[in-house]
Amino acid sequence: MALLEIHDLEVKFALRSGPVTALRDISFSLDRGQRLGIVGESGAGKSVAAFSILNLISRPGYISKGKILFDGNDLAQLNPSQLRNVRGNRISMIFQDPMMTLNPVLTVGAQMVESLQAHTRISRQEARKIALEKLRLVHIPSPEKRLDQYPHELSGGMKQRIIIAIALLLNPDIIIADEPTTALDVTIQAEIMDLLLELCEDRNLGLILITHDLGVVSQVTERTIVMYAGRIIEMGPTKEIINDAQHPYTQGLINALPQQGIPGRRLNQIPGSMPPLQQLPNGCAFHPRCAYAKAACKEQIPAFTQSGGCQVACHMVAELVNQAGKSPALENSPSTGQDS
Amino acid sequence: MSTLVEIRNLHKRFPIHGDLLDRIRLKGGRLELREENVHAINGVDLTVNKGEALCIVGESGCGKSTVARTVMGLIEPSEGSVHYQGQRIDNLSPREMMSYRRRMQMIFQNPYASLNPRMSITETLEEPIRFHQSDLGKAEMKDKVAEVMQAVGVDPSWGKRFPHEFSGGQRQRISIARALIVDPEFIVADEPISALDVSIQAQVLNLMMDAQEQRGLTYLFITHDLSVVEHFGARVAVMYLGRICEVAPTRTLFAQPRHPYSQALLSAIPRLEDERPRFIRLQGEVPTPVNLPSGCVFHGRCPHANDRCRNEIPALRQVDDVQISCHAVEENRIASG
Ligand SMILES: Nc1ncnc2c1ncn2[C@@H]1O[C@H](COP(=O)(O)OP(=O)(O)OP(=O)(O)O)[C@@H](O)[C@H]1O
Ligand SMILES: Nc1ncnc2c1ncn2[C@@H]1O[C@H](COP(=O)(O)OP(=O)(O)OP(=O)(O)O)[C@@H](O)[C@H]1O
Ligand code: SF4
Ligand SMILES: [Mg+2]
Ligand SMILES: [Mg+2]
Repeated sequence: MALLEIHDLEVKFALRSGPVTALRDISFSLDRGQRLGIVGESGAGKSVAAFSILNLISRPGYISKGKILFDGNDLAQLNPSQLRNVRGNRISMIFQDPMMTLNPVLTVGAQMVESLQAHTRISRQEARKIALEKLRLVHIPSPEKRLDQYPHELSGGMKQRIIIAIALLLNPDIIIADEPTTALDVTIQAEIMDLLLELCEDRNLGLILITHDLGVVSQVTERTIVMYAGRIIEMGPTKEIINDAQHPYTQGLINALPQQGIPGRRLNQIPGSMPPLQQLPNGCAFHPRCAYAKAACKEQIPAFTQSGGCQVACHMVAELVNQAGKSPALENSPSTGQDS
Repeated sequence: MSTLVEIRNLHKRFPIHGDLLDRIRLKGGRLELREENVHAINGVDLTVNKGEALCIVGESGCGKSTVARTVMGLIEPSEGSVHYQGQRIDNLSPREMMSYRRRMQMIFQNPYASLNPRMSITETLEEPIRFHQSDLGKAEMKDKVAEVMQAVGVDPSWGKRFPHEFSGGQRQRISIARALIVDPEFIVADEPISALDVSIQAQVLNLMMDAQEQRGLTYLFITHDLSVVEHFGARVAVMYLGRICEVAPTRTLFAQPRHPYSQALLSAIPRLEDERPRFIRLQGEVPTPVNLPSGCVFHGRCPHANDRCRNEIPALRQVDDVQISCHAVEENRIASG
């Protein structure tokens, strides 16, 4: 059994117009030392998935189905203090917006000491020592000085390092990072990604990295989940997904990247755009944009098919793979969904 | 190749209006009012050739948008000048500027903020025609609106709808339509695809490339996404702290960046084939544009900086088809590769 296991998770939002399903059929697992990427376009459900893992989804959202097991325990069954223990001590989260974590009116040191003292019984002095050690770990220049600075005195890259240091305070097993570098410049993004990778490798941390940048996923993660309209549509080893994507959407996404085009020529675009949750079409949510869609795609939500090392939710995988001249090992997973 | 737009020795300083008490200093027994400025642009020379797409890249705050807005005449330069087909345009009266306003159009980053939420798409597209081509008849105007909507892939029957009924990509298409409708020659696009998803970015980039080909447009294209530049631009200007580091044909720059900052910037692009993050690590942090470093603005972070770099501002020098401002390059101190 893996340290973190998500089974058949479904999340709904109770909107005035009625409930909408924001996530469905989400199943995956993660162990210490593993690095998992979650990619997808804006609104695909990446952040909702991250928040749900920590049972942090708040009204109007709620978990309507499925289980989240951490160390064998169902998070839904834990009492508030047990849940707080998992959230702080075992799984940390890094948010896209640094100010979701940093309090603008407290110095960096005060915040770090406060976090530590909220979870463990230690003196202020000891807490400061641990804080300093974590700042060193994330390679912050002159860490002693930083302890007494306020967030606004720090650059964006420095703030994100401090947030990583805060996430490391209680020696978690898993870090969930939701677009940790989206607001930062590429040179700083590269440094932060390098740091995350180093921490995972040196400290055997599990990482869930949420991003929309396939290049970043490729640099940092071993496995990748591709999401579309609230569902996992492809999941497998990162290299396989990047080099040999099976799902038409993943293929389209990779082919649309300027890196994949011939300079000056038109890019391979996917027509249309991702539908809002309230207007999901029947069948495969991607079918209105898909060049391979057949009748079944318009009626039935595709179940997962094993193809190579990947799980692919597409009715046409077998045919697509056969067309490419390969013989896939077909195997349907138990999760079959009928659109409601 | 003829020059369409020329920027000469452009400087832009924004005064910082802090608290009066913060700005008062006692100096030599006298009270002094301290003047502080953000040095957004610090001597930029740049030419845009007719028919090309010139990209400006650089990190947040390096002055890209300020260059764009100065070229468009939306802000006044502190020093230097902007020329359009040889005519100086940065000091024209609003009336004199009118004819240039039609020929030069701008597309902004945020397709949500740049469209008036209370105007239907048809109204949004008719407005610039009424303003610039008031002699056009009603029927002609209608045809024109339909034609441009078709060109950007927005169904003309949607004209009665309002911006909030469209997705981000569709809104950006409408912004592009609004720029194209007055038949401009030159389009300044400030991060036009940064707010869009990958699959939609490709649609909008394709649209911009098609429009360029069909209408012979010239672009000044601003972005921080280098892989977009590699795909889209004919030439690239790399900026750092309000100065130009390097201007080169896109292919040349990506094959062999020469300025130390260009090298670092390009090394940091995450590539699909990467196994881990690989990049040239810079020392230090980006200085504030309030207190500009002496000499080369990049010297504090540059692995090749020496005393000359710390004291003397490197000029932009032409080497083959590339312009570079770096002492180390001039002195051949950087091993190429
Ligand atoms: N509080 C909420 N109420 C209603 N709908 C919500 C709420 N929060 C999120 N959603 C919807 O859930 C869907 C998934 O949102 P989510 O934030 O997970 O997307 P994402 O993949 O993280 O996108 P991004 O890349 O923009 O961060 C979206 O359609 C969003 O509109
Ligand atoms: N109106 C203004 N008043 C004061 N400072 C300004 C003003 N406009 C821009 N600046 C400053 O000038 C510098 C350059 O800003 P500019 O917006 O041109 O950068 P940019 O390269 O477009 O950055 P980004 O990639 O974040 O859009 C920044 O330090 C900015 O804070
Ligand atoms: S001039 Fe000097 S400091 Fe500036 S980039 Fe060149 S080597 Fe580096
Ligand atoms: Mg999100
Ligand atoms: Mg800008």
